[in-house]
Amino acid sequence: MTPKPETVDLIREKALWMRRTAFSMVHKAQLGHPGGDFSAIDILATLYFGVLRYDAKRPDWADRDRFVMSKGHATGALYSALCAAGYFPESWLATYMQPRAMLNGHPNRNYVPGVETNTGPLGHGFPVATGIAIAGQLTGADYRTFVLTGDGEQQEGSNWEAAMTAGFRKLENLTLIIDRNRLQQGQSTDVTTGMDPMDEKYRAFGFEVAVVDGHDLGALYDVLSQSPKGRGKPLCVIANTVKGKGVSFMENQAKWHHAVPDDAQFAQAMKELV
Amino acid sequence: MAHDGPIKVGLQDCRNAWVETLEALAAEDERIVAVVNDSTGSSKLGGFQKKFPDRLINVGIAEQLMVGVGAGLANGGRIPFVSAASCFLTGRSLEQVKADVAYANFNVKLVGQSSGVAYGELGATHHSIEDFAWLRPLTNITVIAPADAWETAEAVKWAAAHQGPVYLRLSRMPVPDLDIPGRAFTPGKAELVRSGSDVTVIACGTTVHLAAEAADALADKGLSVRVLNMATINPLDEKAVLAAARETGAIVTVEEASVRGGLGGAVAELTSGECPVPVERLGFPGFVPTGSTEWLFEEFGLSVAGISAAVRKVLERVKR
Repeated sequence: MTPKPETVDLIREKALWMRRTAFSMVHKAQLGHPGGDFSAIDILATLYFGVLRYDAKRPDWADRDRFVMSKGHATGALYSALCAAGYFPESWLATYMQPRAMLNGHPNRNYVPGVETNTGPLGHGFPVATGIAIAGQLTGADYRTFVLTGDGEQQEGSNWEAAMTAGFRKLENLTLIIDRNRLQQGQSTDVTTGMDPMDEKYRAFGFEVAVVDGHDLGALYDVLSQSPKGRGKPLCVIANTVKGKGVSFMENQAKWHHAVPDDAQFAQAMKELV
Repeated sequence: MAHDGPIKVGLQDCRNAWVETLEALAAEDERIVAVVNDSTGSSKLGGFQKKFPDRLINVGIAEQLMVGVGAGLANGGRIPFVSAASCFLTGRSLEQVKADVAYANFNVKLVGQSSGVAYGELGATHHSIEDFAWLRPLTNITVIAPADAWETAEAVKWAAAHQGPVYLRLSRMPVPDLDIPGRAFTPGKAELVRSGSDVTVIACGTTVHLAAEAADALADKGLSVRVLNMATINPLDEKAVLAAARETGAIVTVEEASVRGGLGGAVAELTSGECPVPVERLGFPGFVPTGSTEWLFEEFGLSVAGISAAVRKVLERVKR
Protein backbone atom coordinates (compact mmCIF):
# COMPACT_ATOMS: atom_id res chain seq x y z
CA MET A 1 0.00 0.00 0.00
CA THR A 2 1.57 3.29 -1.09
CA PRO A 3 1.76 5.65 1.87
CA LYS A 4 0.29 9.12 1.94
CA PRO A 5 2.97 11.83 1.77
CA GLU A 6 2.16 12.99 5.29
CA THR A 7 2.71 9.46 6.59
CA VAL A 8 6.20 9.36 5.09
CA ASP A 9 6.88 12.85 6.46
CA LEU A 10 5.88 11.72 9.94
CA ILE A 11 8.04 8.59 9.75
CA ARG A 12 11.00 10.65 8.49
CA GLU A 13 10.59 13.19 11.28
CA LYS A 14 10.41 10.43 13.91
CA ALA A 15 13.39 8.59 12.43
CA LEU A 16 15.49 11.76 12.62
CA TRP A 17 14.47 12.29 16.26
CA MET A 18 15.28 8.64 17.02
CA ARG A 19 18.76 8.89 15.45
CA ARG A 20 19.58 12.05 17.40
CA THR A 21 18.14 10.54 20.58
CA ALA A 22 19.86 7.17 20.23
CA PHE A 23 23.24 8.80 19.56
CA SER A 24 22.80 11.17 22.51
CA MET A 25 22.09 8.18 24.76
CA VAL A 26 25.19 6.38 23.51
CA HIS A 27 27.31 9.52 23.83
CA LYS A 28 26.17 10.10 27.40
CA ALA A 29 26.55 6.48 28.47
CA GLN A 30 29.74 5.97 26.45
CA LEU A 31 28.27 2.56 25.75
CA GLY A 32 26.00 1.10 23.11
CA HIS A 33 25.75 -0.18 19.55
CA PRO A 34 25.17 2.90 17.41
CA GLY A 35 26.03 1.37 14.02
CA GLY A 36 23.24 -1.17 14.32
CA ASP A 37 20.89 1.42 15.84
CA PHE A 38 21.25 3.51 12.70
CA SER A 39 20.79 0.67 10.23
CA ALA A 40 17.54 -0.33 11.98
CA ILE A 41 15.96 3.02 12.88
CA ASP A 42 14.12 3.62 9.59
CA ILE A 43 12.55 0.16 9.95
CA LEU A 44 11.44 0.83 13.54
CA ALA A 45 10.14 4.31 12.70
CA THR A 46 8.09 2.84 9.84
CA LEU A 47 6.65 0.17 12.11
CA TYR A 48 5.80 2.42 15.06
CA PHE A 49 4.55 5.41 13.05
CA GLY A 50 2.98 3.74 10.06
CA VAL A 51 2.24 0.07 10.55
CA LEU A 52 1.78 -1.26 14.09
CA ARG A 53 -1.54 -1.27 15.94
CA TYR A 54 -0.82 -0.44 19.57
CA ASP A 55 -1.88 1.65 22.53
CA ALA A 56 1.11 2.80 24.55
CA LYS A 57 -1.15 3.25 27.58
CA ARG A 58 -2.07 -0.45 27.43
CA PRO A 59 1.15 -2.34 26.67
CA ASP A 60 -0.53 -5.63 27.60
CA TRP A 61 -3.55 -5.10 25.33
CA ALA A 62 -4.21 -8.63 24.06
CA ASP A 63 -4.93 -7.59 20.47
CA ARG A 64 -1.89 -5.34 19.98
CA ASP A 65 0.48 -6.01 17.14
CA ARG A 66 3.75 -7.32 18.49
CA PHE A 67 7.21 -6.09 17.56
CA VAL A 68 10.07 -8.28 18.79
CA MET A 69 13.52 -6.69 18.68
CA SER A 70 15.67 -9.76 18.27
CA LYS A 71 18.84 -7.72 17.72
CA GLY A 72 18.53 -6.71 21.35
CA HIS A 73 21.85 -4.88 21.43
CA ALA A 74 20.37 -2.06 19.33
CA THR A 75 18.57 -0.55 22.31
CA GLY A 76 19.35 2.98 21.13
CA ALA A 77 16.94 2.29 18.28
CA LEU A 78 14.39 0.38 20.36
CA TYR A 79 14.22 2.72 23.33
CA SER A 80 14.06 5.84 21.18
CA ALA A 81 11.20 4.23 19.23
CA LEU A 82 9.29 3.20 22.36
CA CYS A 83 9.82 6.64 23.88
CA ALA A 84 8.64 8.37 20.71
CA ALA A 85 5.62 6.05 20.68
CA GLY A 86 4.74 7.15 24.21
CA TYR A 87 5.58 4.04 26.21
CA PHE A 88 7.74 5.91 28.72
CA PRO A 89 8.73 9.52 29.39
CA GLU A 90 11.75 11.20 27.81
CA SER A 91 13.26 11.63 31.27
CA TRP A 92 14.11 7.91 31.22
CA LEU A 93 16.50 8.31 28.28
CA ALA A 94 19.27 9.90 30.35
CA THR A 95 19.33 6.80 32.56
CA TYR A 96 20.44 4.53 29.70
CA MET A 97 22.77 1.85 31.15
CA GLN A 98 23.10 3.66 34.47
CA PRO A 99 23.13 1.52 37.64
CA ARG A 100 19.70 0.00 38.31
CA ALA A 101 18.20 1.79 35.30
CA MET A 102 15.15 0.37 33.57
CA LEU A 103 16.94 0.98 30.28
CA ASN A 104 19.42 -1.91 30.32
CA GLY A 105 21.94 -2.46 27.58
CA HIS A 106 19.57 -5.17 26.36
CA PRO A 107 15.79 -4.88 26.78
CA ASN A 108 13.85 -6.41 29.67
CA ARG A 109 10.07 -6.68 29.32
CA ASN A 110 9.67 -6.53 33.08
CA TYR A 111 11.31 -3.09 33.19
CA VAL A 112 10.26 -1.34 30.00
CA PRO A 113 6.67 -1.16 28.76
CA GLY A 114 6.40 -2.07 25.10
CA VAL A 115 9.22 -4.61 25.19
CA GLU A 116 7.68 -7.93 24.14
CA THR A 117 10.42 -10.31 25.28
CA ASN A 118 13.91 -10.17 26.72
CA THR A 119 16.58 -10.35 24.04
CA GLY A 120 20.32 -9.88 23.87
CA PRO A 121 21.73 -13.30 23.13
CA LEU A 122 21.17 -13.62 19.39
CA GLY A 123 18.72 -16.00 17.78
CA HIS A 124 16.06 -15.73 20.49
CA GLY A 125 13.55 -13.29 19.02
CA PHE A 126 12.46 -15.23 15.95
CA PRO A 127 11.50 -18.39 17.92
CA VAL A 128 9.57 -16.31 20.47
CA ALA A 129 7.83 -14.38 17.68
CA THR A 130 6.93 -17.71 16.10
CA GLY A 131 5.27 -18.73 19.37
CA ILE A 132 3.35 -15.44 19.51
CA ALA A 133 2.16 -16.00 15.94
CA ILE A 134 1.12 -19.59 16.73
CA ALA A 135 -0.92 -18.26 19.68
CA GLY A 136 -2.62 -15.82 17.31
CA GLN A 137 -3.30 -18.55 14.78
CA LEU A 138 -4.73 -20.84 17.49
CA THR A 139 -7.13 -18.27 18.84
CA GLY A 140 -8.04 -16.59 15.57
CA ALA A 141 -6.75 -13.26 16.87
CA ASP A 142 -6.00 -10.73 14.15
CA TYR A 143 -2.86 -9.17 15.61
CA ARG A 144 0.34 -9.29 13.56
CA THR A 145 3.79 -10.21 14.84
CA PHE A 146 6.95 -8.59 13.50
CA VAL A 147 10.48 -9.59 14.41
CA LEU A 148 13.68 -7.82 13.43
CA THR A 149 16.96 -9.72 13.36
CA GLY A 150 20.40 -8.63 12.32
CA ASP A 151 21.89 -10.31 9.28
CA GLY A 152 24.86 -11.70 11.19
CA GLU A 153 22.30 -12.94 13.70
CA GLN A 154 20.93 -15.27 11.03
CA GLN A 155 24.03 -17.39 11.63
CA GLU A 156 22.39 -18.65 14.84
CA GLY A 157 20.78 -22.02 14.10
CA SER A 158 17.70 -21.31 16.20
CA ASN A 159 16.50 -18.96 13.44
CA TRP A 160 16.34 -21.86 11.02
CA GLU A 161 14.43 -23.98 13.52
CA ALA A 162 11.91 -21.14 13.64
CA ALA A 163 11.90 -20.74 9.86
CA MET A 164 11.05 -24.42 9.41
CA THR A 165 8.06 -24.27 11.76
CA ALA A 166 6.82 -20.82 10.63
CA GLY A 167 6.86 -21.92 6.99
CA PHE A 168 5.29 -25.29 7.72
CA ARG A 169 2.51 -23.76 9.81
CA LYS A 170 1.88 -21.05 7.19
CA LEU A 171 2.05 -18.29 9.78
CA GLU A 172 0.80 -15.47 7.58
CA ASN A 173 0.48 -13.27 10.67
CA LEU A 174 4.27 -13.35 11.10
CA THR A 175 6.76 -11.03 9.41
CA LEU A 176 10.51 -11.51 9.73
CA ILE A 177 12.59 -8.46 8.88
CA ILE A 178 16.32 -8.90 8.34
CA ASP A 179 18.49 -5.81 8.84
CA ARG A 180 20.89 -6.66 6.01
CA ASN A 181 23.72 -4.19 6.63
CA ARG A 182 26.29 -6.82 5.65
CA LEU A 183 28.50 -6.07 8.66
CA GLN A 184 28.57 -8.08 11.85
CA GLN A 185 30.48 -7.20 15.00
CA GLY A 186 33.95 -7.76 13.63
CA GLN A 187 33.77 -7.87 9.88
CA SER A 188 31.71 -8.32 6.74
CA THR A 189 29.21 -11.16 6.55
CA ASP A 190 30.77 -11.83 3.14
CA VAL A 191 33.92 -13.16 4.79
CA THR A 192 32.37 -14.99 7.74
CA THR A 193 29.66 -17.21 6.29
CA GLY A 194 28.58 -15.47 3.10
CA MET A 195 24.83 -15.85 3.67
CA ASP A 196 23.64 -14.94 0.17
CA PRO A 197 21.24 -15.73 -1.32
CA MET A 198 19.06 -14.97 1.71
CA ASP A 199 15.94 -14.55 -0.41
CA GLU A 200 16.18 -18.01 -1.93
CA LYS A 201 16.83 -19.55 1.47
CA TYR A 202 13.65 -18.10 2.92
CA ARG A 203 11.59 -18.91 -0.16
CA ALA A 204 12.75 -22.50 0.22
CA PHE A 205 11.50 -22.46 3.83
CA GLY A 206 8.02 -21.43 2.68
CA PHE A 207 8.15 -17.66 3.10
CA GLU A 208 7.04 -14.93 0.76
CA VAL A 209 10.13 -12.77 0.35
CA ALA A 210 10.48 -9.08 -0.41
CA VAL A 211 13.84 -7.37 -0.83
CA VAL A 212 13.71 -3.63 -0.17
CA ASP A 213 15.97 -0.65 0.46
CA GLY A 214 15.80 -0.50 4.25
CA HIS A 215 16.11 3.30 4.22
CA ASP A 216 13.35 3.89 1.64
CA LEU A 217 10.48 4.78 3.96
CA GLY A 218 7.84 4.51 1.25
CA ALA A 219 9.04 1.07 0.20
CA LEU A 220 9.21 -0.15 3.81
CA TYR A 221 5.72 1.15 4.51
CA ASP A 222 4.42 -0.43 1.33
CA VAL A 223 5.68 -3.92 2.10
CA LEU A 224 5.05 -3.90 5.86
CA SER A 225 1.54 -2.43 5.79
CA GLN A 226 0.04 -4.93 3.36
CA SER A 227 -2.63 -7.07 4.97
CA PRO A 228 -1.35 -10.60 5.55
CA LYS A 229 -4.84 -12.11 5.19
CA GLY A 230 -4.87 -14.76 2.54
CA ARG A 231 -1.13 -14.70 1.95
CA GLY A 232 -0.98 -18.21 3.32
CA LYS A 233 2.67 -17.94 4.29
CA PRO A 234 4.91 -15.87 6.52
CA LEU A 235 6.63 -12.83 5.06
CA CYS A 236 10.38 -12.26 5.08
CA VAL A 237 11.50 -8.71 4.34
CA ILE A 238 15.18 -8.44 3.56
CA ALA A 239 15.95 -4.80 4.21
CA ASN A 240 19.22 -3.77 2.60
CA THR A 241 20.64 -1.23 5.00
CA VAL A 242 23.78 0.73 5.79
CA LYS A 243 25.39 0.26 9.17
CA GLY A 244 25.80 3.71 10.73
CA LYS A 245 23.30 5.22 8.24
CA GLY A 246 23.01 8.99 8.49
CA VAL A 247 26.44 9.93 9.82
CA SER A 248 29.20 10.22 7.23
CA PHE A 249 32.09 8.86 9.26
CA MET A 250 30.08 5.91 10.60
CA GLU A 251 28.53 4.53 7.45
CA ASN A 252 29.65 1.03 6.47
CA GLN A 253 32.30 0.93 9.20
CA ALA A 254 32.27 -2.32 11.21
CA LYS A 255 34.02 -0.62 14.13
CA TRP A 256 30.87 1.46 14.76
CA HIS A 257 29.11 -1.73 15.80
CA HIS A 258 29.93 -0.81 19.37
CA ALA A 259 32.25 2.18 19.08
CA VAL A 260 31.10 5.28 20.95
CA PRO A 261 31.58 8.92 19.96
CA ASP A 262 33.89 11.43 21.62
CA ASP A 263 32.58 14.99 22.00
CA ALA A 264 33.86 16.16 18.60
CA GLN A 265 32.36 13.16 16.80
CA PHE A 266 29.09 13.66 18.63
CA ALA A 267 28.98 17.35 17.62
CA GLN A 268 29.75 16.46 14.02
CA ALA A 269 27.01 13.81 13.97
CA MET A 270 24.46 16.25 15.38
CA LYS A 271 25.35 18.69 12.56
CA GLU A 272 24.69 16.00 9.99
CA LEU A 273 21.49 14.63 11.56
CA VAL A 274 19.15 17.46 10.62
CA MET B 1 15.38 -45.70 23.74
CA ALA B 2 14.85 -47.59 26.95
CA HIS B 3 11.57 -49.44 27.09
CA ASP B 4 9.09 -49.45 29.89
CA GLY B 5 9.41 -52.63 31.90
CA PRO B 6 6.51 -54.27 33.70
CA ILE B 7 5.50 -52.19 36.69
CA LYS B 8 5.62 -54.02 40.02
CA VAL B 9 2.43 -54.26 42.05
CA GLY B 10 1.92 -51.12 44.12
CA LEU B 11 4.19 -48.99 41.98
CA GLN B 12 3.02 -46.22 39.69
CA ASP B 13 4.35 -44.47 36.62
CA CYS B 14 3.96 -40.80 37.56
CA ARG B 15 3.61 -39.86 33.91
CA ASN B 16 0.06 -41.21 34.01
CA ALA B 17 -0.78 -38.76 36.79
CA TRP B 18 0.84 -35.99 34.73
CA VAL B 19 -1.21 -36.56 31.59
CA GLU B 20 -4.49 -37.36 33.34
CA THR B 21 -4.21 -34.13 35.31
CA LEU B 22 -3.17 -32.07 32.29
CA GLU B 23 -6.02 -33.40 30.17
CA ALA B 24 -8.54 -32.64 32.91
CA LEU B 25 -7.18 -29.11 33.31
CA ALA B 26 -7.09 -28.54 29.55
CA ALA B 27 -10.74 -29.56 29.25
CA GLU B 28 -11.58 -26.74 31.68
CA ASP B 29 -9.16 -24.10 30.42
CA GLU B 30 -8.61 -23.59 26.71
CA ARG B 31 -5.49 -21.53 27.36
CA ILE B 32 -3.59 -24.69 28.26
CA VAL B 33 -1.44 -25.97 25.39
CA ALA B 34 1.41 -28.46 25.13
CA VAL B 35 4.65 -27.95 23.20
CA VAL B 36 6.87 -30.90 22.31
CA ASN B 37 10.00 -31.75 20.34
CA ASP B 38 8.68 -34.90 18.69
CA SER B 39 8.23 -36.10 22.26
CA THR B 40 4.48 -36.74 22.20
CA GLY B 41 4.91 -40.44 22.96
CA SER B 42 7.62 -40.18 25.61
CA SER B 43 5.60 -37.42 27.28
CA LYS B 44 2.52 -39.70 27.11
CA LEU B 45 0.66 -36.88 25.35
CA GLY B 46 -1.02 -39.06 22.74
CA GLY B 47 -4.37 -38.81 24.56
CA PHE B 48 -4.02 -35.04 24.91
CA GLN B 49 -3.34 -34.81 21.19
CA LYS B 50 -6.49 -36.82 20.38
CA LYS B 51 -8.64 -34.60 22.58
CA PHE B 52 -7.03 -31.28 21.66
CA PRO B 53 -5.27 -31.74 18.32
CA ASP B 54 -4.66 -28.02 17.70
CA ARG B 55 -3.29 -27.50 21.18
CA LEU B 56 -0.45 -30.00 20.87
CA ILE B 57 2.30 -28.04 19.14
CA ASN B 58 5.08 -30.25 17.87
CA VAL B 59 7.98 -28.13 16.60
CA GLY B 60 10.07 -31.14 15.65
CA ILE B 61 13.47 -31.92 17.07
CA ALA B 62 14.26 -28.28 17.80
CA GLU B 63 14.63 -27.60 21.50
CA GLN B 64 15.75 -23.97 21.26
CA LEU B 65 12.64 -23.22 19.21
CA MET B 66 10.48 -25.33 21.52
CA VAL B 67 11.32 -23.21 24.56
CA GLY B 68 11.20 -19.93 22.60
CA VAL B 69 7.77 -20.89 21.22
CA GLY B 70 6.69 -21.57 24.80
CA ALA B 71 7.64 -18.00 25.76
CA GLY B 72 5.85 -16.65 22.69
CA LEU B 73 2.69 -18.63 23.46
CA ALA B 74 2.75 -17.15 26.97
CA ASN B 75 3.10 -13.67 25.40
CA GLY B 76 -0.01 -14.52 23.39
CA GLY B 77 -1.98 -15.42 26.53
CA ARG B 78 -1.64 -19.21 26.41
CA ILE B 79 -0.45 -21.42 29.30
CA PRO B 80 2.15 -23.64 27.66
CA PHE B 81 3.41 -26.91 29.13
CA VAL B 82 6.67 -27.50 27.28
CA SER B 83 7.36 -31.21 27.65
CA ALA B 84 10.48 -33.06 26.56
CA ALA B 85 13.19 -35.36 27.84
CA SER B 86 14.75 -33.30 30.60
CA CYS B 87 18.31 -33.86 29.33
CA PHE B 88 17.46 -31.95 26.12
CA LEU B 89 14.91 -29.55 27.59
CA THR B 90 17.39 -28.20 30.11
CA GLY B 91 20.68 -28.85 28.32
CA ARG B 92 20.14 -28.02 24.67
CA SER B 93 17.94 -25.01 25.37
CA LEU B 94 19.49 -23.77 28.60
CA GLU B 95 19.98 -20.24 27.23
CA GLN B 96 16.33 -20.11 26.14
CA VAL B 97 15.30 -21.34 29.58
CA LYS B 98 17.44 -18.60 31.10
CA ALA B 99 16.63 -15.64 28.84
CA ASP B 100 13.19 -16.39 27.35
CA VAL B 101 11.56 -18.06 30.36
CA ALA B 102 13.30 -17.21 33.64
CA TYR B 103 14.74 -13.74 32.99
CA ALA B 104 11.75 -12.68 30.89
CA ASN B 105 9.54 -14.19 33.61
CA PHE B 106 7.03 -15.70 31.20
CA ASN B 107 4.26 -17.98 32.39
CA VAL B 108 5.84 -21.12 30.92
CA LYS B 109 5.73 -24.60 32.48
CA LEU B 110 8.74 -26.70 31.57
CA VAL B 111 8.15 -30.40 32.08
CA GLY B 112 11.30 -32.49 32.14
CA GLN B 113 10.46 -36.10 31.34
CA SER B 114 12.58 -39.18 32.06
CA SER B 115 14.82 -37.15 34.31
CA GLY B 116 17.83 -38.33 36.30
CA VAL B 117 19.09 -41.68 35.06
CA ALA B 118 15.79 -42.94 33.66
CA TYR B 119 17.65 -43.53 30.40
CA GLY B 120 20.41 -45.33 32.30
CA GLU B 121 21.58 -47.63 29.55
CA LEU B 122 21.73 -44.84 27.00
CA GLY B 123 24.65 -43.17 28.71
CA ALA B 124 25.54 -39.78 30.09
CA THR B 125 24.30 -37.85 27.04
CA HIS B 126 20.80 -38.95 27.99
CA HIS B 127 21.13 -38.69 31.75
CA SER B 128 19.69 -35.54 33.24
CA ILE B 129 21.53 -35.18 36.51
CA GLU B 130 22.79 -31.61 36.01
CA ASP B 131 19.39 -29.93 35.65
CA PHE B 132 19.01 -28.90 39.30
CA ALA B 133 22.40 -27.20 39.26
CA TRP B 134 21.62 -25.43 35.99
CA LEU B 135 18.18 -24.17 36.96
CA ARG B 136 18.55 -23.32 40.64
CA PRO B 137 20.44 -20.05 39.97
CA LEU B 138 17.72 -18.94 37.50
CA THR B 139 15.90 -17.66 40.51
CA ASN B 140 12.48 -16.99 38.96
CA ILE B 141 11.86 -20.64 38.16
CA THR B 142 10.11 -22.81 40.71
CA VAL B 143 11.77 -26.23 40.49
CA ILE B 144 9.68 -29.20 41.66
CA ALA B 145 10.56 -32.90 41.67
CA PRO B 146 7.43 -34.79 42.80
CA ALA B 147 7.93 -37.94 44.86
CA ASP B 148 4.94 -39.96 43.70
CA ALA B 149 1.84 -40.00 41.52
CA TRP B 150 -0.29 -38.00 43.95
CA GLU B 151 2.31 -35.28 44.28
CA THR B 152 2.81 -35.22 40.51
CA ALA B 153 -0.89 -34.52 39.99
CA GLU B 154 -0.87 -31.83 42.68
CA ALA B 155 2.23 -30.19 41.20
CA VAL B 156 0.70 -30.09 37.71
CA LYS B 157 -2.47 -28.49 39.10
CA TRP B 158 -0.45 -25.95 41.04
CA ALA B 159 1.77 -25.13 38.05
CA ALA B 160 -1.24 -24.48 35.83
CA ALA B 161 -2.74 -22.08 38.37
CA HIS B 162 0.54 -20.36 39.26
CA GLN B 163 1.52 -17.24 37.31
CA GLY B 164 5.24 -17.69 36.55
CA PRO B 165 7.88 -20.08 35.28
CA VAL B 166 7.95 -23.62 36.66
CA TYR B 167 10.15 -26.64 36.01
CA LEU B 168 8.49 -29.95 36.83
CA ARG B 169 11.03 -32.75 36.96
CA LEU B 170 9.24 -36.00 36.27
CA SER B 171 10.51 -39.55 36.13
CA ARG B 172 9.49 -42.66 34.26
CA MET B 173 10.70 -44.82 37.13
CA PRO B 174 7.74 -46.47 38.89
CA VAL B 175 7.46 -45.47 42.56
CA PRO B 176 5.03 -46.30 45.37
CA ASP B 177 2.63 -43.73 46.81
CA LEU B 178 3.99 -42.30 50.06
CA ASP B 179 2.07 -43.49 53.10
CA ILE B 180 1.32 -40.10 54.64
CA PRO B 181 -2.25 -39.41 55.79
CA GLY B 182 -3.94 -36.07 55.12
CA ARG B 183 -1.42 -34.69 52.68
CA ALA B 184 -1.61 -31.21 51.22
CA PHE B 185 0.80 -30.02 48.53
CA THR B 186 2.44 -26.71 49.36
CA PRO B 187 5.12 -25.59 46.93
CA GLY B 188 8.24 -24.32 48.65
CA LYS B 189 7.47 -26.33 51.80
CA ALA B 190 9.15 -29.54 52.88
CA GLU B 191 6.80 -32.40 53.69
CA LEU B 192 7.44 -34.37 56.87
CA VAL B 193 7.56 -38.04 55.86
CA ARG B 194 8.97 -39.42 59.12
CA SER B 195 9.49 -37.68 62.46
CA GLY B 196 12.88 -38.09 64.07
CA SER B 197 15.48 -36.42 66.26
CA ASP B 198 18.88 -38.12 65.69
CA VAL B 199 19.47 -37.22 62.05
CA THR B 200 17.53 -35.88 59.06
CA VAL B 201 17.37 -37.37 55.59
CA ILE B 202 16.27 -34.80 52.99
CA ALA B 203 15.21 -36.39 49.72
CA CYS B 204 13.29 -35.50 46.59
CA GLY B 205 11.63 -37.22 43.66
CA THR B 206 12.22 -40.92 43.17
CA THR B 207 14.37 -41.26 46.29
CA VAL B 208 11.87 -40.16 48.94
CA HIS B 209 10.26 -43.58 49.36
CA LEU B 210 13.75 -45.12 49.73
CA ALA B 211 14.57 -42.61 52.48
CA ALA B 212 11.33 -43.53 54.28
CA GLU B 213 12.14 -47.23 54.05
CA ALA B 214 15.65 -46.60 55.34
CA ALA B 215 14.26 -44.61 58.27
CA ASP B 216 11.93 -47.48 59.13
CA ALA B 217 14.81 -49.97 58.98
CA LEU B 218 16.99 -47.74 61.17
CA ALA B 219 14.14 -47.25 63.65
CA ASP B 220 14.26 -50.98 64.28
CA LYS B 221 17.88 -50.46 65.30
CA GLY B 222 17.02 -47.65 67.69
CA LEU B 223 17.76 -44.62 65.50
CA SER B 224 15.27 -41.80 65.22
CA VAL B 225 15.50 -40.56 61.63
CA ARG B 226 13.56 -37.55 60.36
CA VAL B 227 12.70 -37.71 56.67
CA LEU B 228 11.77 -34.63 54.66
CA ASN B 229 10.35 -34.71 51.16
CA MET B 230 11.91 -31.61 49.58
CA ALA B 231 9.86 -31.65 46.39
CA THR B 232 10.55 -27.98 45.77
CA ILE B 233 14.27 -27.52 45.16
CA ASN B 234 13.87 -23.85 44.28
CA PRO B 235 12.94 -21.90 46.30
CA LEU B 236 14.30 -24.08 49.09
CA ASP B 237 12.37 -24.42 52.35
CA GLU B 238 15.19 -22.87 54.37
CA LYS B 239 13.21 -22.96 57.59
CA ALA B 240 12.77 -26.73 57.44
CA VAL B 241 16.44 -27.30 56.58
CA LEU B 242 17.69 -25.09 59.41
CA ALA B 243 15.25 -26.68 61.85
CA ALA B 244 16.60 -30.08 60.82
CA ALA B 245 20.18 -28.87 61.34
CA ARG B 246 19.45 -27.40 64.77
CA GLU B 247 17.19 -30.16 66.05
CA THR B 248 18.92 -33.25 64.67
CA GLY B 249 22.50 -32.05 64.17
CA ALA B 250 23.24 -34.04 61.02
CA ILE B 251 21.81 -34.22 57.51
CA VAL B 252 21.89 -36.68 54.63
CA THR B 253 20.62 -35.49 51.25
CA VAL B 254 19.41 -37.95 48.61
CA GLU B 255 18.63 -37.12 45.00
CA GLU B 256 18.64 -38.75 41.58
CA ALA B 257 20.99 -36.03 40.42
CA SER B 258 24.55 -34.80 40.60
CA VAL B 259 25.87 -34.20 44.11
CA ARG B 260 27.15 -30.86 42.79
CA GLY B 261 24.75 -27.96 42.86
CA GLY B 262 21.45 -29.77 43.36
CA LEU B 263 19.46 -30.50 46.51
CA GLY B 264 22.61 -31.47 48.40
CA GLY B 265 24.38 -28.38 47.18
CA ALA B 266 21.50 -26.17 48.23
CA VAL B 267 21.37 -27.70 51.71
CA ALA B 268 25.15 -27.44 52.12
CA GLU B 269 25.18 -23.80 50.95
CA LEU B 270 22.54 -22.90 53.48
CA THR B 271 23.78 -24.86 56.48
CA SER B 272 27.43 -23.88 56.01
CA GLY B 273 26.47 -20.27 56.56
CA GLU B 274 23.58 -20.48 59.00
CA CYS B 275 24.04 -23.65 61.05
CA PRO B 276 27.08 -25.73 60.13
CA VAL B 277 26.40 -29.44 60.70
CA PRO B 278 27.82 -32.51 58.94
CA VAL B 279 26.06 -33.07 55.61
CA GLU B 280 26.42 -36.24 53.53
CA ARG B 281 25.26 -35.88 49.94
CA LEU B 282 24.01 -38.96 48.10
CA GLY B 283 23.69 -38.78 44.36
CA PHE B 284 25.93 -39.07 41.36
CA PRO B 285 29.51 -37.76 41.46
CA GLY B 286 29.58 -36.74 37.78
CA PHE B 287 29.21 -38.65 34.53
CA VAL B 288 28.23 -42.17 35.50
CA PRO B 289 28.67 -45.44 33.61
CA THR B 290 26.04 -47.01 31.43
CA GLY B 291 23.67 -49.35 33.24
CA SER B 292 20.03 -49.83 34.06
CA THR B 293 18.34 -47.28 36.28
CA GLU B 294 18.02 -49.89 39.01
CA TRP B 295 21.72 -50.78 38.77
CA LEU B 296 22.78 -47.15 38.91
CA PHE B 297 20.61 -46.56 41.99
CA GLU B 298 22.23 -49.52 43.76
CA GLU B 299 25.74 -48.70 42.56
CA PHE B 300 25.64 -45.11 43.80
CA GLY B 301 23.88 -45.76 47.09
CA LEU B 302 20.40 -44.57 46.18
CA SER B 303 18.99 -47.52 48.09
CA VAL B 304 17.86 -48.45 51.58
CA ALA B 305 21.32 -49.87 52.30
CA GLY B 306 23.09 -46.87 50.78
CA ILE B 307 21.00 -44.33 52.67
CA SER B 308 21.42 -46.29 55.92
CA ALA B 309 25.19 -46.33 55.42
CA ALA B 310 25.21 -42.57 54.77
CA VAL B 311 23.22 -42.02 57.96
CA ARG B 312 25.75 -44.01 59.98
CA LYS B 313 28.61 -42.13 58.33
CA VAL B 314 27.19 -38.71 59.08
CA LEU B 315 26.54 -39.72 62.69
CA GLU B 316 30.18 -40.86 62.98
CA ARG B 317 31.21 -37.38 61.80
CA VAL B 318 29.06 -35.81 64.53
CA LYS B 319 30.90 -37.84 67.16
CA ARG B 320 34.35 -36.79 65.92
